[in-house]
Amino acid sequence: MTNEELTHRAAEVRSYVVKMLAAAGAGHPGGSLSIVEILQVLYGEFMHVDPQKPHWPDRDRLILSKGHAAPALYATLMLQGFFPEAELWQLRQCGAMLQGVPDMNRTPGIDMSTGSLGQGLSAGNGMALGARLDHAAWHTYVLCGDGEIEEGIVWEAAMTSAHFKLDNLTLIIDHNKLQLGGTTEDVMNIMPIDAKFRDFHWHTITINGHDFTQIKSALQEALAHKGQPTVIIAETVKGKGVDFMENNKEWHNKALDAKDAATALKELGGEG
Amino acid sequence: MAQSTRDAYGHVLETEIYKNPDVVVVDADIASSTRAEKFKNKAPERFFNVGISEQDLLGTAAGLAAVGKIPLAGSYALFTERGFEITRNSICLPNLNVKIIVSHGGLTIGSDGATHQAVEDLAIMRSLPNLTVINPSDAWETEEAVKAAIAHKGPVYIRLGKDAVPDIHESGSTYHWNKGEILRDGSDVALIGTGRMTAEALAAADTLAQEGIQAMVINMPTLKPIDADLIEKAARQTGCIVTAEEASVIGGLGSAVAETLVRRYPVRQEFVGIQDTFGESGSSADLLKKYGLTAADIVAAAHKARET
Repeated sequence: MTNEELTHRAAEVRSYVVKMLAAAGAGHPGGSLSIVEILQVLYGEFMHVDPQKPHWPDRDRLILSKGHAAPALYATLMLQGFFPEAELWQLRQCGAMLQGVPDMNRTPGIDMSTGSLGQGLSAGNGMALGARLDHAAWHTYVLCGDGEIEEGIVWEAAMTSAHFKLDNLTLIIDHNKLQLGGTTEDVMNIMPIDAKFRDFHWHTITINGHDFTQIKSALQEALAHKGQPTVIIAETVKGKGVDFMENNKEWHNKALDAKDAATALKELGGEG
Repeated sequence: MAQSTRDAYGHVLETEIYKNPDVVVVDADIASSTRAEKFKNKAPERFFNVGISEQDLLGTAAGLAAVGKIPLAGSYALFTERGFEITRNSICLPNLNVKIIVSHGGLTIGSDGATHQAVEDLAIMRSLPNLTVINPSDAWETEEAVKAAIAHKGPVYIRLGKDAVPDIHESGSTYHWNKGEILRDGSDVALIGTGRMTAEALAAADTLAQEGIQAMVINMPTLKPIDADLIEKAARQTGCIVTAEEASVIGGLGSAVAETLVRRYPVRQEFVGIQDTFGESGSSADLLKKYGLTAADIVAAAHKARET
Protein backbone atom coordinates (compact mmCIF):
# COMPACT_ATOMS: atom_id res chain seq x y z
CA MET A 1 0.00 0.00 0.00
CA THR A 2 1.19 3.53 -0.70
CA ASN A 3 1.69 5.88 2.18
CA GLU A 4 -1.33 7.80 0.93
CA GLU A 5 -3.49 4.68 1.09
CA LEU A 6 -2.13 3.86 4.52
CA THR A 7 -2.88 7.39 5.70
CA HIS A 8 -6.45 6.99 4.56
CA ARG A 9 -6.74 3.58 6.20
CA ALA A 10 -5.30 4.88 9.49
CA ALA A 11 -7.83 7.71 9.59
CA GLU A 12 -10.60 5.21 8.95
CA VAL A 13 -9.39 2.97 11.80
CA ARG A 14 -9.14 5.92 14.18
CA SER A 15 -12.74 6.89 13.41
CA TYR A 16 -13.87 3.34 14.09
CA VAL A 17 -11.92 3.27 17.36
CA VAL A 18 -13.61 6.44 18.55
CA LYS A 19 -17.06 5.23 17.52
CA MET A 20 -16.55 1.78 19.05
CA LEU A 21 -15.38 3.18 22.36
CA ALA A 22 -18.26 5.64 22.46
CA ALA A 23 -20.71 2.81 21.73
CA ALA A 24 -19.12 0.55 24.34
CA GLY A 25 -19.04 3.30 26.96
CA ALA A 26 -15.68 2.03 28.23
CA GLY A 27 -12.21 1.16 27.02
CA HIS A 28 -8.76 2.56 26.33
CA PRO A 29 -8.61 5.28 23.67
CA GLY A 30 -5.05 6.58 24.19
CA GLY A 31 -3.16 3.33 23.72
CA SER A 32 -5.43 2.24 20.88
CA LEU A 33 -4.76 5.39 18.88
CA SER A 34 -0.97 5.21 19.32
CA ILE A 35 -0.63 1.87 17.46
CA VAL A 36 -2.83 2.60 14.43
CA GLU A 37 -0.03 3.23 11.89
CA ILE A 38 1.94 0.19 13.08
CA LEU A 39 -1.08 -2.08 12.63
CA GLN A 40 -1.87 -0.70 9.16
CA VAL A 41 1.64 -1.39 7.92
CA LEU A 42 1.66 -4.86 9.50
CA TYR A 43 -1.69 -5.95 8.03
CA GLY A 44 -1.43 -3.90 4.87
CA GLU A 45 2.09 -4.88 3.86
CA PHE A 46 3.75 -7.52 6.01
CA MET A 47 1.36 -10.02 7.57
CA HIS A 48 0.54 -13.03 5.40
CA VAL A 49 -2.99 -13.76 6.54
CA ASP A 50 -6.18 -14.93 4.89
CA PRO A 51 -9.41 -13.54 6.34
CA GLN A 52 -11.28 -16.44 4.72
CA LYS A 53 -9.02 -18.94 6.51
CA PRO A 54 -8.20 -17.34 9.86
CA HIS A 55 -6.61 -20.58 11.13
CA TRP A 56 -4.39 -21.09 8.05
CA PRO A 57 -1.37 -22.81 9.65
CA ASP A 58 1.24 -20.93 7.62
CA ARG A 59 -0.05 -17.44 8.39
CA ASP A 60 2.05 -14.87 10.19
CA ARG A 61 1.03 -14.36 13.82
CA LEU A 62 0.41 -11.17 15.76
CA ILE A 63 0.13 -11.10 19.52
CA LEU A 64 -1.30 -7.86 20.88
CA SER A 65 0.35 -8.12 24.28
CA LYS A 66 -1.10 -4.74 25.25
CA GLY A 67 -4.53 -6.31 24.91
CA HIS A 68 -6.39 -3.23 26.12
CA ALA A 69 -5.60 -1.62 22.75
CA ALA A 70 -7.90 -4.19 21.13
CA PRO A 71 -10.23 -1.65 19.45
CA ALA A 72 -7.46 -0.61 17.05
CA LEU A 73 -6.80 -4.26 16.17
CA TYR A 74 -10.50 -5.07 15.85
CA ALA A 75 -11.09 -2.20 13.42
CA THR A 76 -8.01 -3.23 11.43
CA LEU A 77 -9.11 -6.88 11.25
CA MET A 78 -12.64 -5.86 10.25
CA LEU A 79 -11.30 -3.75 7.39
CA GLN A 80 -9.17 -6.73 6.32
CA GLY A 81 -12.39 -8.76 6.12
CA PHE A 82 -12.10 -11.05 9.13
CA PHE A 83 -15.61 -10.23 10.37
CA PRO A 84 -18.48 -7.85 9.58
CA GLU A 85 -18.58 -4.24 10.71
CA ALA A 86 -21.66 -4.89 12.82
CA GLU A 87 -19.49 -6.79 15.33
CA LEU A 88 -17.66 -3.57 16.18
CA TRP A 89 -20.77 -2.08 17.75
CA GLN A 90 -21.11 -5.03 20.13
CA LEU A 91 -17.69 -4.40 21.67
CA ARG A 92 -17.65 -5.25 25.40
CA GLN A 93 -21.28 -6.42 25.38
CA CYS A 94 -22.12 -9.66 27.16
CA GLY A 95 -21.85 -12.52 24.68
CA ALA A 96 -20.04 -10.41 22.05
CA MET A 97 -17.43 -11.70 19.64
CA LEU A 98 -15.33 -8.66 20.51
CA GLN A 99 -14.37 -8.80 24.16
CA GLY A 100 -12.72 -5.91 26.00
CA VAL A 101 -9.38 -7.67 25.33
CA PRO A 102 -8.49 -10.14 22.55
CA ASP A 103 -9.92 -13.67 22.75
CA MET A 104 -8.50 -16.17 20.25
CA ASN A 105 -11.45 -18.51 20.62
CA ARG A 106 -14.11 -15.89 19.92
CA THR A 107 -12.60 -13.62 17.30
CA PRO A 108 -11.31 -14.62 13.84
CA GLY A 109 -7.86 -13.14 13.27
CA ILE A 110 -6.80 -13.14 16.92
CA ASP A 111 -3.81 -15.45 17.28
CA MET A 112 -3.43 -15.33 21.07
CA SER A 113 -5.67 -14.32 23.95
CA THR A 114 -4.13 -11.45 25.87
CA GLY A 115 -5.10 -8.66 28.19
CA SER A 116 -3.09 -9.31 31.32
CA LEU A 117 0.07 -7.32 30.68
CA GLY A 118 3.42 -8.93 30.05
CA GLN A 119 2.36 -12.32 28.76
CA GLY A 120 2.66 -11.79 24.99
CA LEU A 121 6.39 -12.14 24.49
CA SER A 122 6.60 -15.54 26.21
CA ALA A 123 3.75 -16.79 24.05
CA GLY A 124 5.46 -15.30 21.00
CA ASN A 125 8.63 -17.20 21.86
CA GLY A 126 6.62 -20.42 22.02
CA MET A 127 5.13 -19.70 18.59
CA ALA A 128 8.52 -18.87 17.11
CA LEU A 129 10.03 -22.05 18.54
CA GLY A 130 7.12 -24.01 17.08
CA ALA A 131 7.65 -22.43 13.64
CA ARG A 132 11.34 -23.27 13.76
CA LEU A 133 10.60 -26.90 14.66
CA ASP A 134 8.32 -27.11 11.63
CA HIS A 135 10.88 -25.39 9.36
CA ALA A 136 8.06 -22.94 8.62
CA ALA A 137 8.66 -19.52 7.12
CA TRP A 138 5.97 -17.59 8.95
CA HIS A 139 6.89 -14.79 11.35
CA THR A 140 5.65 -13.91 14.84
CA TYR A 141 5.03 -10.27 15.74
CA VAL A 142 4.45 -9.18 19.32
CA LEU A 143 3.18 -5.67 20.02
CA CYS A 144 3.49 -4.47 23.60
CA GLY A 145 3.30 -1.24 25.54
CA ASP A 146 6.18 0.65 27.09
CA GLY A 147 4.70 0.64 30.60
CA GLU A 148 4.12 -3.07 30.05
CA ILE A 149 7.84 -3.80 30.11
CA GLU A 150 7.75 -3.07 33.83
CA GLU A 151 6.37 -6.63 34.14
CA GLY A 152 9.13 -9.07 35.15
CA ILE A 153 8.04 -11.82 32.78
CA VAL A 154 8.91 -9.55 29.84
CA TRP A 155 12.58 -9.79 30.80
CA GLU A 156 12.43 -13.53 31.42
CA ALA A 157 11.00 -13.81 27.93
CA ALA A 158 13.49 -11.32 26.46
CA MET A 159 16.31 -13.57 27.64
CA THR A 160 14.60 -16.58 26.10
CA SER A 161 14.06 -14.93 22.69
CA ALA A 162 17.72 -14.01 22.49
CA HIS A 163 19.02 -17.27 23.96
CA PHE A 164 17.22 -19.24 21.27
CA LYS A 165 18.21 -16.66 18.61
CA LEU A 166 14.59 -16.24 17.54
CA ASP A 167 15.09 -14.19 14.40
CA ASN A 168 11.62 -15.27 13.30
CA LEU A 169 10.12 -13.06 16.01
CA THR A 170 9.84 -9.27 16.12
CA LEU A 171 8.82 -7.30 19.17
CA ILE A 172 7.37 -3.84 18.65
CA ILE A 173 7.17 -1.55 21.67
CA ASP A 174 4.60 1.21 21.52
CA HIS A 175 6.67 3.83 23.30
CA ASN A 176 4.00 6.43 24.01
CA LYS A 177 5.58 7.32 27.36
CA LEU A 178 2.35 7.39 29.35
CA GLN A 179 0.69 4.81 31.58
CA LEU A 180 -2.28 4.87 33.92
CA GLY A 181 -0.48 6.59 36.77
CA GLY A 182 1.45 9.15 34.75
CA THR A 183 4.55 9.26 32.59
CA THR A 184 6.61 6.10 32.47
CA GLU A 185 9.51 8.19 33.66
CA ASP A 186 7.62 9.19 36.82
CA VAL A 187 5.94 5.86 37.52
CA MET A 188 8.90 3.58 36.87
CA ASN A 189 11.84 4.68 34.85
CA ILE A 190 12.18 2.15 32.07
CA MET A 191 14.79 4.09 30.11
CA PRO A 192 16.94 3.39 28.24
CA ILE A 193 14.86 0.75 26.48
CA ASP A 194 17.17 0.19 23.51
CA ALA A 195 20.28 -0.31 25.66
CA LYS A 196 18.45 -2.78 27.89
CA PHE A 197 17.48 -4.90 24.91
CA ARG A 198 20.94 -4.64 23.39
CA ASP A 199 22.37 -5.91 26.68
CA PHE A 200 19.88 -8.78 26.41
CA HIS A 201 21.41 -9.60 22.98
CA TRP A 202 18.60 -8.17 20.84
CA HIS A 203 18.90 -6.22 17.61
CA THR A 204 17.26 -2.85 18.23
CA ILE A 205 15.74 -0.26 15.90
CA THR A 206 14.18 3.02 17.04
CA ILE A 207 11.68 4.78 14.78
CA ASN A 208 8.85 7.27 14.67
CA GLY A 209 5.91 4.92 15.10
CA HIS A 210 3.56 7.14 13.10
CA ASP A 211 5.80 7.40 10.02
CA PHE A 212 4.84 4.77 7.46
CA THR A 213 8.17 4.86 5.65
CA GLN A 214 10.09 4.31 8.87
CA ILE A 215 7.75 1.53 10.02
CA LYS A 216 8.14 -0.27 6.69
CA SER A 217 11.89 -0.02 6.63
CA ALA A 218 12.19 -1.16 10.27
CA LEU A 219 10.03 -4.21 9.62
CA GLN A 220 12.06 -5.04 6.51
CA GLU A 221 15.25 -4.74 8.53
CA ALA A 222 13.80 -6.97 11.25
CA LEU A 223 12.89 -9.68 8.74
CA ALA A 224 16.32 -9.51 7.17
CA HIS A 225 18.26 -9.58 10.44
CA LYS A 226 19.43 -13.10 11.27
CA GLY A 227 20.73 -14.72 14.43
CA GLN A 228 18.95 -12.40 16.85
CA PRO A 229 15.41 -11.29 17.61
CA THR A 230 14.66 -7.68 16.73
CA VAL A 231 12.86 -5.11 18.84
CA ILE A 232 11.44 -2.03 17.17
CA ILE A 233 11.02 0.79 19.63
CA ALA A 234 8.29 2.89 18.08
CA GLU A 235 8.19 6.43 19.41
CA THR A 236 4.51 7.29 19.46
CA VAL A 237 2.01 9.76 20.83
CA LYS A 238 -0.66 8.45 23.13
CA GLY A 239 -4.07 9.46 21.80
CA LYS A 240 -2.53 10.27 18.38
CA GLY A 241 -4.86 12.00 15.96
CA VAL A 242 -7.29 13.44 18.47
CA ASP A 243 -5.99 16.74 19.77
CA PHE A 244 -7.62 16.69 23.20
CA MET A 245 -6.39 13.14 23.86
CA GLU A 246 -2.81 13.50 22.67
CA ASN A 247 -0.23 13.10 25.44
CA ASN A 248 -2.98 13.24 28.04
CA LYS A 249 -2.89 10.37 30.52
CA GLU A 250 -6.53 10.95 31.40
CA TRP A 251 -7.37 9.23 28.11
CA HIS A 252 -5.54 6.02 28.98
CA ASN A 253 -8.79 4.56 30.17
CA LYS A 254 -11.71 6.92 29.92
CA ALA A 255 -15.11 6.53 28.34
CA LEU A 256 -15.96 8.84 25.47
CA ASP A 257 -19.33 10.53 25.73
CA ALA A 258 -21.28 11.61 22.65
CA LYS A 259 -19.81 15.11 22.72
CA ASP A 260 -16.20 13.85 23.00
CA ALA A 261 -16.81 11.42 20.18
CA ALA A 262 -18.30 14.11 17.93
CA THR A 263 -15.35 16.42 18.55
CA ALA A 264 -12.87 13.62 17.88
CA LEU A 265 -14.60 12.43 14.73
CA LYS A 266 -14.73 15.95 13.32
CA GLU A 267 -11.00 16.22 13.74
CA LEU A 268 -10.43 12.81 12.22
CA GLY A 269 -12.12 13.57 8.98
CA GLY A 270 -15.50 15.06 8.97
CA GLU A 271 -18.39 12.92 10.02
CA GLY A 272 -19.34 13.82 13.56
CA MET B 1 8.25 -53.03 43.56
CA ALA B 2 8.34 -49.39 44.45
CA GLN B 3 9.08 -46.49 42.15
CA SER B 4 8.47 -42.75 42.34
CA THR B 5 5.83 -41.25 40.09
CA ARG B 6 8.43 -38.81 38.71
CA ASP B 7 10.62 -41.76 37.68
CA ALA B 8 7.62 -43.32 36.00
CA TYR B 9 7.16 -40.04 34.11
CA GLY B 10 10.78 -40.18 32.95
CA HIS B 11 10.28 -43.78 31.89
CA VAL B 12 7.20 -43.13 29.79
CA LEU B 13 8.87 -40.10 28.20
CA GLU B 14 11.86 -42.09 27.02
CA THR B 15 9.99 -45.20 25.99
CA GLU B 16 6.85 -43.83 24.33
CA ILE B 17 6.05 -40.14 24.51
CA TYR B 18 9.10 -38.89 22.61
CA LYS B 19 7.89 -40.80 19.55
CA ASN B 20 4.98 -38.35 19.12
CA PRO B 21 6.47 -35.60 16.92
CA ASP B 22 4.00 -32.99 18.19
CA VAL B 23 5.14 -33.34 21.81
CA VAL B 24 7.68 -30.82 23.11
CA VAL B 25 9.02 -30.43 26.63
CA VAL B 26 9.57 -27.04 28.26
CA ASP B 27 11.73 -26.94 31.36
CA ALA B 28 12.79 -24.29 33.88
CA ASP B 29 16.19 -25.87 34.56
CA ILE B 30 14.95 -28.57 36.84
CA ALA B 31 14.53 -31.46 34.37
CA SER B 32 17.11 -33.65 36.05
CA SER B 33 14.87 -33.66 39.10
CA THR B 34 11.45 -33.76 37.44
CA ARG B 35 12.88 -36.48 35.12
CA ALA B 36 11.82 -34.50 32.04
CA GLU B 37 15.45 -34.81 30.93
CA LYS B 38 14.65 -38.35 29.85
CA PHE B 39 12.84 -36.71 26.92
CA LYS B 40 15.83 -34.50 26.16
CA ASN B 41 18.02 -37.56 25.77
CA LYS B 42 15.69 -38.90 23.08
CA ALA B 43 14.52 -35.73 21.32
CA PRO B 44 16.87 -32.85 22.15
CA GLU B 45 15.51 -30.68 19.32
CA ARG B 46 12.08 -30.72 21.00
CA PHE B 47 13.34 -29.91 24.49
CA PHE B 48 13.55 -26.26 25.59
CA ASN B 49 15.11 -25.12 28.86
CA VAL B 50 14.04 -21.49 29.43
CA GLY B 51 16.12 -21.15 32.57
CA ILE B 52 14.91 -20.52 36.10
CA SER B 53 11.82 -18.58 35.06
CA GLU B 54 8.52 -20.28 35.75
CA GLN B 55 6.30 -17.54 34.35
CA ASP B 56 8.17 -17.69 31.05
CA LEU B 57 8.01 -21.51 31.19
CA LEU B 58 4.23 -21.45 31.19
CA GLY B 59 3.92 -18.58 28.70
CA THR B 60 6.26 -20.28 26.25
CA ALA B 61 4.25 -23.48 26.57
CA ALA B 62 1.08 -21.51 25.81
CA GLY B 63 2.60 -20.17 22.60
CA LEU B 64 3.78 -23.61 21.51
CA ALA B 65 0.28 -24.97 22.10
CA ALA B 66 -1.26 -22.08 20.17
CA VAL B 67 0.62 -23.24 17.05
CA GLY B 68 -0.32 -26.90 17.40
CA LYS B 69 2.40 -28.42 19.58
CA ILE B 70 1.64 -30.46 22.68
CA PRO B 71 3.93 -28.94 25.30
CA LEU B 72 4.70 -30.72 28.56
CA ALA B 73 5.77 -27.94 30.92
CA GLY B 74 6.77 -28.29 34.50
CA SER B 75 8.87 -27.53 37.49
CA TYR B 76 8.35 -28.49 41.12
CA ALA B 77 4.69 -28.13 42.07
CA LEU B 78 5.51 -25.20 44.31
CA PHE B 79 7.51 -23.16 41.80
CA THR B 80 4.90 -23.76 39.14
CA GLU B 81 2.54 -21.84 41.44
CA ARG B 82 4.66 -18.74 40.75
CA GLY B 83 3.25 -18.74 37.25
CA PHE B 84 -0.34 -19.14 38.41
CA GLU B 85 -1.65 -16.13 36.54
CA ILE B 86 0.06 -17.26 33.35
CA THR B 87 -1.55 -20.67 33.84
CA ARG B 88 -4.87 -18.94 34.28
CA ASN B 89 -4.80 -16.29 31.55
CA SER B 90 -2.50 -17.75 28.89
CA ILE B 91 -3.33 -21.48 29.25
CA CYS B 92 -6.68 -22.21 30.90
CA LEU B 93 -8.67 -19.19 29.68
CA PRO B 94 -7.83 -19.84 26.01
CA ASN B 95 -8.14 -23.58 26.73
CA LEU B 96 -4.74 -24.31 25.22
CA ASN B 97 -3.38 -27.83 24.96
CA VAL B 98 -0.64 -27.54 27.60
CA LYS B 99 0.17 -30.38 29.99
CA ILE B 100 1.57 -28.97 33.22
CA ILE B 101 3.44 -31.89 34.77
CA VAL B 102 5.05 -31.13 38.10
CA SER B 103 7.07 -33.11 40.61
CA HIS B 104 7.66 -32.74 44.35
CA GLY B 105 4.00 -32.39 45.27
CA GLY B 106 3.16 -32.35 48.98
CA LEU B 107 5.43 -32.50 52.03
CA THR B 108 7.66 -35.41 50.99
CA ILE B 109 10.10 -33.51 48.81
CA GLY B 110 13.40 -34.23 50.49
CA SER B 111 14.21 -32.07 53.47
CA ASP B 112 14.33 -28.61 51.91
CA GLY B 113 11.35 -27.53 53.96
CA ALA B 114 8.33 -25.31 53.72
CA THR B 115 9.33 -23.10 50.77
CA HIS B 116 9.47 -26.18 48.55
CA GLN B 117 6.38 -28.01 49.81
CA ALA B 118 3.25 -27.49 47.72
CA VAL B 119 0.35 -28.05 50.11
CA GLU B 120 -2.09 -25.81 48.22
CA ASP B 121 -1.46 -26.65 44.55
CA LEU B 122 -4.36 -29.07 44.19
CA ALA B 123 -6.78 -26.49 45.61
CA ILE B 124 -5.47 -23.73 43.38
CA MET B 125 -5.47 -25.80 40.22
CA ARG B 126 -8.87 -27.29 40.93
CA SER B 127 -10.33 -23.78 40.89
CA LEU B 128 -9.35 -23.15 37.25
CA PRO B 129 -11.99 -23.70 34.55
CA ASN B 130 -10.99 -26.02 31.65
CA LEU B 131 -8.15 -27.62 33.64
CA THR B 132 -8.12 -31.35 34.40
CA VAL B 133 -6.28 -32.11 37.66
CA ILE B 134 -4.65 -35.52 38.17
CA ASN B 135 -2.67 -36.84 41.15
CA PRO B 136 -1.52 -40.39 40.28
CA SER B 137 -1.02 -43.00 42.98
CA ASP B 138 1.78 -45.11 41.54
CA ALA B 139 4.13 -45.68 38.62
CA TRP B 140 1.69 -47.52 36.36
CA GLU B 141 -1.04 -44.95 36.89
CA THR B 142 1.41 -42.13 36.17
CA GLU B 143 2.40 -43.56 32.81
CA GLU B 144 -1.22 -44.13 31.86
CA ALA B 145 -2.26 -40.66 33.05
CA VAL B 146 0.48 -38.97 31.02
CA LYS B 147 -0.49 -40.89 27.88
CA ALA B 148 -4.17 -40.13 28.42
CA ALA B 149 -3.44 -36.46 29.08
CA ILE B 150 -1.61 -36.20 25.77
CA ALA B 151 -4.52 -37.87 23.99
CA HIS B 152 -6.93 -35.42 25.66
CA LYS B 153 -7.28 -32.00 23.99
CA GLY B 154 -7.08 -29.29 26.63
CA PRO B 155 -4.99 -28.24 29.61
CA VAL B 156 -4.09 -30.85 32.22
CA TYR B 157 -2.21 -30.60 35.54
CA ILE B 158 -0.46 -33.77 36.72
CA ARG B 159 1.11 -33.80 40.18
CA LEU B 160 3.95 -36.24 40.76
CA GLY B 161 6.04 -37.10 43.79
CA LYS B 162 9.68 -37.45 44.70
CA ASP B 163 9.60 -40.58 46.85
CA ALA B 164 9.33 -44.17 45.71
CA VAL B 165 5.78 -45.33 46.40
CA PRO B 166 4.33 -48.86 46.37
CA ASP B 167 2.80 -50.26 43.20
CA ILE B 168 -0.90 -50.67 43.82
CA HIS B 169 -1.85 -51.54 40.24
CA GLU B 170 -1.04 -54.63 38.18
CA SER B 171 0.79 -53.65 35.02
CA GLY B 172 -2.04 -54.94 32.81
CA SER B 173 -4.73 -52.82 34.49
CA THR B 174 -7.11 -50.60 32.52
CA TYR B 175 -6.91 -46.82 32.96
CA HIS B 176 -10.18 -44.91 32.87
CA TRP B 177 -9.89 -41.18 32.09
CA ASN B 178 -11.54 -39.04 34.77
CA LYS B 179 -12.72 -42.03 36.82
CA GLY B 180 -11.98 -43.28 40.28
CA GLU B 181 -11.70 -46.99 41.00
CA ILE B 182 -12.74 -49.32 43.79
CA LEU B 183 -9.63 -51.17 44.89
CA ARG B 184 -11.30 -53.03 47.73
CA ASP B 185 -14.97 -53.50 48.49
CA GLY B 186 -16.56 -53.02 51.88
CA SER B 187 -19.69 -51.59 53.49
CA ASP B 188 -18.63 -50.15 56.84
CA VAL B 189 -16.69 -47.07 55.72
CA ALA B 190 -15.25 -45.75 52.45
CA LEU B 191 -11.63 -44.61 52.35
CA ILE B 192 -10.94 -42.37 49.35
CA GLY B 193 -7.28 -41.69 48.64
CA THR B 194 -5.35 -39.76 46.03
CA GLY B 195 -1.64 -39.82 45.16
CA ARG B 196 0.55 -41.65 47.64
CA MET B 197 -2.26 -41.64 50.22
CA THR B 198 -4.13 -44.35 48.31
CA ALA B 199 -1.49 -46.86 49.44
CA GLU B 200 -1.95 -45.63 53.01
CA ALA B 201 -5.71 -46.13 52.66
CA LEU B 202 -5.13 -49.73 51.55
CA ALA B 203 -2.91 -50.33 54.58
CA ALA B 204 -5.55 -48.72 56.82
CA ALA B 205 -8.18 -51.07 55.38
CA ASP B 206 -6.04 -54.07 56.40
CA THR B 207 -5.88 -52.77 59.97
CA LEU B 208 -9.60 -52.05 60.04
CA ALA B 209 -10.32 -55.57 58.71
CA GLN B 210 -8.46 -57.03 61.66
CA GLU B 211 -10.90 -55.11 63.86
CA GLY B 212 -13.83 -56.53 61.91
CA ILE B 213 -14.49 -53.29 59.97
CA GLN B 214 -14.82 -53.83 56.22
CA ALA B 215 -13.62 -50.70 54.45
CA MET B 216 -14.21 -49.85 50.82
CA VAL B 217 -11.04 -48.34 49.35
CA ILE B 218 -11.28 -45.98 46.40
CA ASN B 219 -8.39 -44.58 44.42
CA MET B 220 -9.24 -41.11 43.08
CA PRO B 221 -6.44 -39.94 40.78
CA THR B 222 -8.49 -37.24 39.07
CA LEU B 223 -9.65 -34.43 41.34
CA LYS B 224 -11.27 -32.49 38.53
CA PRO B 225 -13.58 -33.44 37.05
CA ILE B 226 -14.35 -35.51 40.13
CA ASP B 227 -16.02 -38.91 39.74
CA ALA B 228 -19.23 -37.89 41.51
CA ASP B 229 -21.10 -41.09 40.68
CA LEU B 230 -18.51 -43.22 42.43
CA ILE B 231 -18.54 -40.95 45.49
CA GLU B 232 -22.32 -41.18 45.69
CA LYS B 233 -22.17 -44.97 45.34
CA ALA B 234 -19.62 -45.18 48.18
CA ALA B 235 -21.74 -42.94 50.41
CA ARG B 236 -24.87 -44.99 49.78
CA GLN B 237 -23.06 -48.26 50.38
CA THR B 238 -21.05 -47.30 53.49
CA GLY B 239 -22.73 -44.26 55.06
CA CYS B 240 -19.45 -42.62 56.06
CA ILE B 241 -16.34 -41.47 54.24
CA VAL B 242 -12.70 -40.66 54.94
CA THR B 243 -10.67 -38.72 52.37
CA ALA B 244 -6.87 -38.85 52.42
CA GLU B 245 -4.48 -36.56 50.53
CA GLU B 246 -0.96 -35.24 50.88
CA ALA B 247 -2.27 -31.71 50.50
CA SER B 248 -4.24 -29.10 52.39
CA VAL B 249 -7.68 -30.23 53.50
CA ILE B 250 -8.88 -26.89 52.11
CA GLY B 251 -9.74 -27.16 48.44
CA GLY B 252 -8.35 -30.53 47.39
CA LEU B 253 -9.76 -34.07 47.34
CA GLY B 254 -11.59 -33.70 50.65
CA SER B 255 -13.33 -30.58 49.42
CA ALA B 256 -14.20 -32.13 46.06
CA VAL B 257 -15.76 -35.13 47.83
CA ALA B 258 -17.63 -32.95 50.32
CA GLU B 259 -18.98 -30.74 47.53
CA THR B 260 -20.33 -33.88 45.89
CA LEU B 261 -21.79 -35.36 49.06
CA VAL B 262 -23.73 -32.29 50.13
CA ARG B 263 -25.36 -32.14 46.71
CA ARG B 264 -26.06 -35.81 46.23
CA TYR B 265 -26.10 -37.84 49.44
CA PRO B 266 -24.84 -36.17 52.62
CA VAL B 267 -22.98 -38.50 54.99
CA ARG B 268 -20.36 -38.01 57.67
CA GLN B 269 -16.88 -37.25 56.28
CA GLU B 270 -13.47 -37.02 57.91
CA PHE B 271 -10.55 -35.24 56.24
CA VAL B 272 -7.05 -36.73 56.45
CA GLY B 273 -4.64 -34.18 55.00
CA ILE B 274 -2.55 -31.18 55.92
CA GLN B 275 -4.59 -29.21 58.43
CA ASP B 276 -4.23 -25.65 57.09
CA THR B 277 -0.55 -25.33 57.91
CA PHE B 278 2.79 -25.08 56.12
CA GLY B 279 5.34 -27.86 56.32
CA GLU B 280 8.96 -27.94 57.47
CA SER B 281 12.21 -29.84 56.98
CA GLY B 282 12.34 -33.51 57.85
CA SER B 283 12.43 -37.02 56.48
CA SER B 284 9.34 -38.21 54.66
CA ALA B 285 8.52 -40.71 57.40
CA ASP B 286 8.81 -38.07 60.13
CA LEU B 287 6.76 -35.53 58.20
CA LEU B 288 3.98 -37.96 57.30
CA LYS B 289 3.74 -38.92 60.97
CA LYS B 290 3.87 -35.39 62.33
CA TYR B 291 1.31 -34.03 59.86
CA GLY B 292 -1.12 -36.92 60.28
CA LEU B 293 -0.70 -38.58 56.89
CA THR B 294 -0.25 -42.26 57.80
CA ALA B 295 -2.39 -45.37 57.65
CA ALA B 296 -2.85 -45.05 61.40
CA ASP B 297 -4.31 -41.58 60.93
CA ILE B 298 -6.74 -42.95 58.36
CA VAL B 299 -7.77 -45.73 60.76
CA ALA B 300 -8.43 -43.15 63.51
CA ALA B 301 -10.41 -41.00 61.07
CA ALA B 302 -12.45 -44.05 60.02
CA HIS B 303 -13.38 -44.70 63.65
CA LYS B 304 -14.42 -41.08 64.04
CA ALA B 305 -16.45 -41.11 60.82
CA ARG B 306 -18.31 -44.21 62.01
CA GLU B 307 -19.41 -42.52 65.24
CA THR B 308 -22.94 -41.28 64.87
